[in-house]
Amino acid sequence: MPFQLNINRKPQTVDAADDTPLLWVLRDTLDLKGTKYGCGIGMCGACTVLMDGRAIRSCLTPVSQATGSITTIEGLGESDKLHALQQAWIDLDVAQCGYCQGGQILSAASLLAQHPKPSDDQIVAGMSGNLCRCATYNRIKAAIHQAAGSQAETKGDNNAHR
Amino acid sequence: MPIANTFAQYDADLQALIAEVETISPPVATMGRRSFMKLAGFAGGGLVLAFNLDTRVARAADGHKPTESNTLNAFVRIAPDNTVTLFSKGPEIGQGIKTAFGLIIAEELDADWKTVKVDQAPINPKVYGYQGAGGSTSIPRGWDQLRQAGATARAMLVSAAAKQWNVPASECNAASSCVSHKSSGRKLSYGALAKAAAAEPVPDATKVPLKTRAEYKLLGKRYTGVDNHKVVTGKPLFGIDVQMPGMLYANYVKCPAVGGKVKSANLDEIKKMPGVVDAFVLDGTGNPLEVMPGVAIITKSTWEAFKAKAALKVEWDESSASKDSLTQAAAKAKEIAAKMPAPADNVGDVDAAFVSAAKVVEASYDYAMVSHQQLEPENSTAWWHDGTMEIWTPSQQADRGLKTVADMLKLPEDKVTVHQTRAGGGFGRRLMNDYMCEAAAIALKVNAPVKLQWKREDDFAHDFFRAGGYHFLKGAVDKSGKLTAVQNHLVSFSVDGTRPVSGGGRSNNSFPTDMAPNVRYAVSLMPLQIPCGPWRAPTDNVQMFVAGSFLHELSVAAGRDHVEFLLEWFARPLAPTSGPAPDPSRSFNPTRAAGVLKMAAEKSGWGKKLPSGRGLGIAFACSYGGHVAEAVELSVDAKKHVTVHKITVVSDIGPIINMSGAENQAQGGSIDALSTAMGLEINVEQGRIQQTNFAEYPLLRMSSAPPVEVHFIQSDFRPAGLGEPCVPPLAAALGNAIFAATGERVRTMPFKRVGYTI
Repeated sequence: MPFQLNINRKPQTVDAADDTPLLWVLRDTLDLKGTKYGCGIGMCGACTVLMDGRAIRSCLTPVSQATGSITTIEGLGESDKLHALQQAWIDLDVAQCGYCQGGQILSAASLLAQHPKPSDDQIVAGMSGNLCRCATYNRIKAAIHQAAGSQAETKGDNNAHR
Repeated sequence: MPIANTFAQYDADLQALIAEVETISPPVATMGRRSFMKLAGFAGGGLVLAFNLDTRVARAADGHKPTESNTLNAFVRIAPDNTVTLFSKGPEIGQGIKTAFGLIIAEELDADWKTVKVDQAPINPKVYGYQGAGGSTSIPRGWDQLRQAGATARAMLVSAAAKQWNVPASECNAASSCVSHKSSGRKLSYGALAKAAAAEPVPDATKVPLKTRAEYKLLGKRYTGVDNHKVVTGKPLFGIDVQMPGMLYANYVKCPAVGGKVKSANLDEIKKMPGVVDAFVLDGTGNPLEVMPGVAIITKSTWEAFKAKAALKVEWDESSASKDSLTQAAAKAKEIAAKMPAPADNVGDVDAAFVSAAKVVEASYDYAMVSHQQLEPENSTAWWHDGTMEIWTPSQQADRGLKTVADMLKLPEDKVTVHQTRAGGGFGRRLMNDYMCEAAAIALKVNAPVKLQWKREDDFAHDFFRAGGYHFLKGAVDKSGKLTAVQNHLVSFSVDGTRPVSGGGRSNNSFPTDMAPNVRYAVSLMPLQIPCGPWRAPTDNVQMFVAGSFLHELSVAAGRDHVEFLLEWFARPLAPTSGPAPDPSRSFNPTRAAGVLKMAAEKSGWGKKLPSGRGLGIAFACSYGGHVAEAVELSVDAKKHVTVHKITVVSDIGPIINMSGAENQAQGGSIDALSTAMGLEINVEQGRIQQTNFAEYPLLRMSSAPPVEVHFIQSDFRPAGLGEPCVPPLAAALGNAIFAATGERVRTMPFKRVGYTI
C-alpha cells in the first residue's frame, strides 16, 4: 500500500507492505544505501536514522510508523556542505571498514541535539547502542567532542586526538 | 550441479587456501616486468572502467574515453589536469589498504597526494598477482611491486621531460607531480608529460632505484582514508549496496546443522507469497566453501525474501549432518589429556629438566569457539548473462573466488568476471567465498542480476568458526629462575581425524618448539564437523593467550620480574629450522622483541606502585610479521567487574605507511581482542549454533572501550601488515593484569566463564 514519507526534506510516496521496515524502504525502494542492515533486531545501530531529529532504529520501524521527518546519512549535511560531525569523522580518520559509521554519526547527531556539549559519560550513554565491529570507539568519542567543540576528557588517548 | 567434493574435502581445500594466503612469495619476482608493461586492453577503456567506481553504476562506465588520460602501467594513470589515479589491487576490508597502497605508489611516483585518486583495480591476477587480503600480507606482498610501479612510472615521466628539454634525465628531478630541470629552471607537470611518458619504454622494474626511509616525503605521516568522504556521506561502497536495473533479491536457506540435505519444502506456498518470484532447491556441491544444499528464495525486495524465509518450512535429511555438541568437549579433552600421544616435537630432554627443576608448574588452559560477525552480513550479486558469470562481492579473496566459481560452474576463468567492492569488515571470514558461490549458483537459474543477502542469523549459523582448544601444560624453571622446559599437550578438533582444523593447530610462530631448551609438544584430536577457519591472527590469537599467560605463571613461580624474565626468554637459543631460511622481516627477532617489550614497560609504567584491586599485565607476541608488546592496566571490583584503564600497544612492523591508519588498527585490534577474551563464545548443540544474533553475542561497546595508547618502533625491515598482529598479545596481558590485581589466574577464554565482566 502507498505511504507518504518525508525523507531528507523531500516528500516521497512509496508502495510497500505496511510491515516493511523503513530500513528496506530506504535501501531497496528509495535507493538510499547509506542506511545499513546489520542485525535486524535493533542491537547494532547500523540502521540508525533520525526521525524528527531523534535517533531511531529503521530496522524496527515499520514504514507505516515512519510518520515524522526522516533524515538519513545522505541528508545530514546541507546540499554539498558536510555536517560538523561528518567533517570531524574525516578529520580524525575515524572509519575502518566504515559500515557502521553512518549510523554512528546519526546517533551522535541525536546526542548533540540533546547535549550540545556532551561529557564523556553522555557520549558513552548516547553511543553505546551502536556497535563498531572494528572498535573505533575512541576516535568516535574524540570526533564527537571535536564536532561539539567540547573538551575531550579522555586521558591517555592522545593518539586519537591529533 | 554434481556433487564434486565430499564434505571432508572442504577442510583440505581450506587449509590449502590458508597456506596460500600466509605464504609470501619471494619479493619482486612475483611480477617482474609484466605488470609494468603498458596494457593495451587496460588503456583502451571498456575493461578498465567497467568495474566498480561506484557499485551502482557498475556497468554504466563502458563509455569511458581512454584519450582523457594516460596509463603508465596497471597501477598508475595520469590525466592532463594532473589528476593521478592509482589502482589498489586488494580489497578494502577496513584495514586501510586502499589508502596505504595509494601512498606507497605515490611515494615512489613523487606524486602530489592532494591530486591523487585511488580506485579499485579489477580482479586480474595475471596483471596484479595476488589480490586477496589475508594473513596481514597485503603490505609485505605489495611492498616491492607497488614501489616499483611508482618508480617506473616516475622514471618514464622524467625521461619524457628530459627528451622534451633535450637534457640528460639525470639532470631532472621529480617532486610533487612535477618534473623540473634545475639549471634551466624549466618545469612540467605530470599532467603535461603523461601522454609522452606513456610512449616511453618501460624501464626494468628491478633496476629502478627505490627511496630509502630517510627520503620518504609521504610515508609515515597521518592521512585520512581515501574513501572517508564517501563513508560519512553514505555513498554506496559496499557489496550490500550493489543495485542494478531489474535486479532481484535472494536468500538461501541451508540446514542449521551443516551437511543436512533438503528432503522436502513448502515451495508452492512460498511461491504464492507477495513479491516471491521463484523458490527452488539447490543440491549444492556438498563443500561448505562452495554451495551446501538448500532452498533459494527469489524476490523483488530484501524484506520479501526475509519474510518468505520465515515462512519456509524445510524437512531436512540430517543423516550426514553435523551432530556435534560442544557441551561435553571440555570433559572429553580432559579425559584425552590423561594419555599423551607420541609427541609431534621433542627437543632436548624434558623429563630430565623436570627432575632437576627448582619449580615445576602445571596448568590447563582452554578457549571457546568464536565467530567473526563482521558487521556487513554476507552478500554477493551475480548476473548470468551472455555466457558470462559476473559477480560483485565484498570478499577478502575475490581472485580465489573467481577460480572457485569457474571450477564449480565448469566455466573457463575468462567467463567469470568478479568486481570487488568495499567490505564491511573481514576478520578472516571473507577469505572463504561460499556466499559468492551461492550467488553464482542461484544466478544460473535466474534470468536477471540477483543479490543474495544473508540475514545476521545466517552469519551466525554458517560461519567458519575459530576453533576452541585445550592445552595441558607443564613447565620448569631452574634455580637461577630460567625457563628450562615446557610440555604442551594440545587437544584440538579435526574434520578428517589426522590434523587440526584450520586455526586450531600450532602457532605459525616460534611457539612451542622454540619455547624452551627442552620442549615436548603433542596433539590429540577430537572429531568436529562444524566448519572452522581463520579468525583474525589465526592460531596466534589463542595460543599466545596460553603462552603469554603460562610464561607469567612461570616467572611468578620463579619469583622473577616478568619483563626481565621475558627479556631473558627472548635471548634463548632458537631451535634450528629445516628448509629454506625464514623471511627475516617476518620471523622472530630478539632485538625487535626486546625493543617493543622495553618500550611497553616504560610507557605503561611497569613496576609502579598500584593501589589494591588494580593490576598491570604485560605480554608479547610475534605474529604475522609484527613484533608487539601490550600492557593492560585495570581494576577489578568485588563482583569481578573489570574496568580497563588503559591498553598500551607497542609494535615494530617496520616503517609505517600511514600513521593514522596504523594507530587505528592497533586500537581496533587490541579492543577486538579484549572484547573476544572477555565475553564471546559460540556454543553448539546437535550441530546447531546456539547463538543467533548480537543479543547472545555481546561484542564490546563504547561503554567498555578503554583508551589505547599506541607507539611504534620504526625499523628498516620490510613493513608488515597490521590487521592482525595487535590481537594476539592482548588476552595474556589482560589475564596477567587480573592476576596482578586479584591473585586469581584466568585460564579460560572467554573470561566471563569464571565470572569476570567488563
